[in-house]
Amino acid sequence: MTTTTIDPRAAAAEAVAAAPVFHLEEEHAHAEGGSTMLGFWIYLMSDCLIFAMLFAAYGVLGGNYAAGPAPKDLFELPLVAVNTTMLLLSSITYGFAMLAMQKGRVGQVQFWLAVTGLFGLCFVGIELHEFSGMIHEGATPMRSAFLSSFFTLVGTHGLHVSVGLLWLVTLMIQVAGRGLIEANRRRLMCLSMFWHFLDVIWIGVFTFVYLLGMLR
Amino acid sequence: MSANLPAGHGTAGHDHGHDTAPGHATLRGYLTGFVLSVILTAIPFWLVMSGVLDSKQATAMAIMAFAVVQIVVHMIFFLHMDARSEGGWSLMALIFTLILVVIALTGSLWVMYHLNVNMMPGMHEMKQMP
Repeated sequence: MTTTTIDPRAAAAEAVAAAPVFHLEEEHAHAEGGSTMLGFWIYLMSDCLIFAMLFAAYGVLGGNYAAGPAPKDLFELPLVAVNTTMLLLSSITYGFAMLAMQKGRVGQVQFWLAVTGLFGLCFVGIELHEFSGMIHEGATPMRSAFLSSFFTLVGTHGLHVSVGLLWLVTLMIQVAGRGLIEANRRRLMCLSMFWHFLDVIWIGVFTFVYLLGMLR
Repeated sequence: MSANLPAGHGTAGHDHGHDTAPGHATLRGYLTGFVLSVILTAIPFWLVMSGVLDSKQATAMAIMAFAVVQIVVHMIFFLHMDARSEGGWSLMALIFTLILVVIALTGSLWVMYHLNVNMMPGMHEMKQMP
């Protein structure tokens, strides 16, 4: 340290210049919602774990019929095929809604969202029809461990689709009120991930529960 | 992510130059995914409903293989997963989740299967003895 009198402000500036920099120069303020997509993806992954546990429970308990009905007596594959088609069609129509969103066309977005909602409603309706038919035949969740785990797994998926439908209607109202603003685009993209993710889970359901069940 | 991509950018997006920004979906991508999913759904249903393959084991293996392929198709064409989305963190989260899922599923099935086998009445006086 020299004893020459120096301007304290210049000294401070010198110290700042000499101090090591611990942050990247290009660090910038993050835009609102910039991390939403990653956060939502991580939520979906946690949801995936829930379904994995339900699949594991079904895998373990799925053979315990307790002298009750087996998959072959209960499942109607044509109905499941129709249901799968509904979900697949709703996936592609949601894709069309996303494409319309990229072009900024509110009317088209609303139209494709409505179509997606109708297909989703058909899916839930057919599933409820299937459940009620099973319950009328006496195949209630209380009948056997197989049926308990079946209703829990498929019911949880159906519940997710129903919540997705509620979200879809909410977003249609939002888009109708405020148009395709940045926040609404972000929400639509989150729902897009949710919706396609449910379709992925359904692939596991129809393969492992219905198709493999019929083979047993 | 801009609302209206210029025409030049739009055509450039068709080749391998995937944008890192979310929502770079194209009509072709969605239609490809849809057609592949329809095929990959129809074949397993057909295999089970018509019973073409004599062996149940073979049918089971085939439909599980189709399911895995279809899940990958959905991930790529509908969920737009690639190694670069969100700076690679989406893929990392996915791989981590898959590891957990595999451990949970195989672990549960393995342990519970052996538990069932060993709880079988009368197994101790039978051939299972070492």
